[in-house]
Amino acid sequence: MSRLIRMDGSGHTTLAEWTAEDPAAVEAALGAFRAELEQGSIAMVSRGPGHAEHVRELPLDEPLVIMRRPIAGG
Amino acid sequence: MSAAGALPELADVYWRPRMTPERLRRRGRAWTLATAAHVVPFLAAAIGMALLSPAALPVSLAALAHAWLIPALYARRGATVTRSLAPSAEEPERVSLGLLGDLVDHAARDLHRRTGLVPEPGRLGTWLVGEAGALLVTGRRVSCWCVRATDPEGARLPSGDRVAHLLLALRSDEEGFATVANLAFSGARWRVRRRLPRRQRAALDAVS
Repeated sequence: MSRLIRMDGSGHTTLAEWTAEDPAAVEAALGAFRAELEQGSIAMVSRGPGHAEHVRELPLDEPLVIMRRPIAGG
Repeated sequence: MSAAGALPELADVYWRPRMTPERLRRRGRAWTLATAAHVVPFLAAAIGMALLSPAALPVSLAALAHAWLIPALYARRGATVTRSLAPSAEEPERVSLGLLGDLVDHAARDLHRRTGLVPEPGRLGTWLVGEAGALLVTGRRVSCWCVRATDPEGARLPSGDRVAHLLLALRSDEEGFATVANLAFSGARWRVRRRLPRRQRAALDAVS
């Protein structure tokens, strides 16, 4: 089971869960992913300690995709 | 760290040259020169006044105080990047710390629990990532970077999420991260350490 989460005021919110064998869940996840991107979120996949990758398409085979807000110098 | 993909936030600071180890060294040297430019005239004035006349000793002492205070104030401004922001409610804090804990190893989790800072080794040096900024330790120099997650909910992200935002951005593009962040101070480790909250000094001490 893969998950798409968004870091927000609640800690994080699960936006979608899917498996490759469930086309409806995949479609819902793709929709949720696109909606987050349209709101300015950035999608990240953790690649273990010291590594993370910014992804522009929803990687369906990843167990966890994290949506974060942009950062800016303070 | 992965070099694949530059930070999208770089588009917001397109005029800044991308940070490199050499550029970082140059900026560090510039900070050292600026500190010297503040300190040396006051020291010279203090010594000169004392030699000219013992009656000028109070002025001399005032000049010495300025030579000490000005770099200390800069270092204090730098150290504020590690400050903790107002916590959220208990449950969001717990959830966010759980996610952050999944992103780091046991030693980093432990240091974060004790100091509020997450250590992250990188190509530019070792980072100590907080909620509203990060310290970059390179040998005896510490660079203080002011950077935070933009938060449409009005700074209501829980603390673990604030750190996780910066950590993920740093891990995806370290040099881009240092380009987006604002350099608040760069100077001697001891200067920054003195200005850190007591509990955070252990994080700096843990970085060799």
